[in-house]
Amino acid sequence: MSEVIVVTSGKGGVGKTTTSANIGTGLATLGKKVVLIDTDIGLRNLDVVMGLENRIVYNLVDVVEGNCRAKQAMIKDKKLNNLFLLPSAQTRDKTSVTPEQMQALINELREEFDYIILDCPAGIEQGFKNAIAGADRALIVTTPEVSAIRDADRIIGLLEANNIKKQHLIVNRLRMDMVKRGDMMSIEDVVDILSIDLIGAVPDDENIVISTNHGEPLVGTDCLSGKAFMNICHRIMGEEVPFLNLETKQGFFSKLAGVFKK
Amino acid sequence: MSVFDLFKKKTSGDVAKDRLKFLLVSDRAKCSPEVMEMLKRDIISCISKYMEIDYDGLDIQITTAGQNGEEGNAPALFANIPIKEVKHNV
Repeated sequence: MSEVIVVTSGKGGVGKTTTSANIGTGLATLGKKVVLIDTDIGLRNLDVVMGLENRIVYNLVDVVEGNCRAKQAMIKDKKLNNLFLLPSAQTRDKTSVTPEQMQALINELREEFDYIILDCPAGIEQGFKNAIAGADRALIVTTPEVSAIRDADRIIGLLEANNIKKQHLIVNRLRMDMVKRGDMMSIEDVVDILSIDLIGAVPDDENIVISTNHGEPLVGTDCLSGKAFMNICHRIMGEEVPFLNLETKQGFFSKLAGVFKK
Repeated sequence: MSVFDLFKKKTSGDVAKDRLKFLLVSDRAKCSPEVMEMLKRDIISCISKYMEIDYDGLDIQITTAGQNGEEGNAPALFANIPIKEVKHNV
């Protein structure tokens, strides 16, 4: 049985593409056959985050317009042979694809894949409508900021209006040190405000920047964000995994300094 | 609000949460804060004719009727108005 998951947020820059790349890679690591679809036509980015930008021949618009078959456009991952990327077109705009065309494509891909992950563009216009057209479930990515949460709330309303009832929240870029001193909303605050179920929280981690520099998703590695993304993958597959303690271990001296600060 | 709350500094996280809560209520109901304020004032002036109410404990907000994913996303007006004393001479 295949599942179609859209990764969306409303606001740009909260980590949709990074989340898509890591979750797709994580699910593939766990043995599932996965295809990642970049639906951000005109501003494609998932290819660079995955490190596959040099291998693109055909793209999503080519497939939809019938210039090639879906199989020809899909790029196999560098490491995992059960992970594929269907890149977006860079020189076209969002109106090149319709929700009906997306739905038809997804139905075709359902035959072959366990998970189809759609990286949604920012905004609530055509690109968003295309991305959610065939989705069974939505992952809403937000950061603990007023603007991102406001947009997430709007997205949740729009998803409900489009009958996507299975919605889960990912709180990204958490800084536990700031939460601790009260200068950042906590995971509980965000969940309380948006009132949807949490599927994972990812700390603000410089390893993410490094992994994006290399074009290699860090899911499954030993850092906190790598573990957090892997846990989300397990939860997507229906397993119950306890939430990580995101607080980084402090050294003796920084603890001591903290005592004196008080 | 107690006297002690005056000395307790509100953190920026709390400020963000409070602002968001207010913002989302009006976003969800498509009802601007100005309209909410006017509505609040009118409700107070109407009820004050009949009873004395506790202004500090007053809570008026628009939320959705069907909570926890139950049916209906129709906005509903909730008013929690603590009464201090009912006027008997009306």
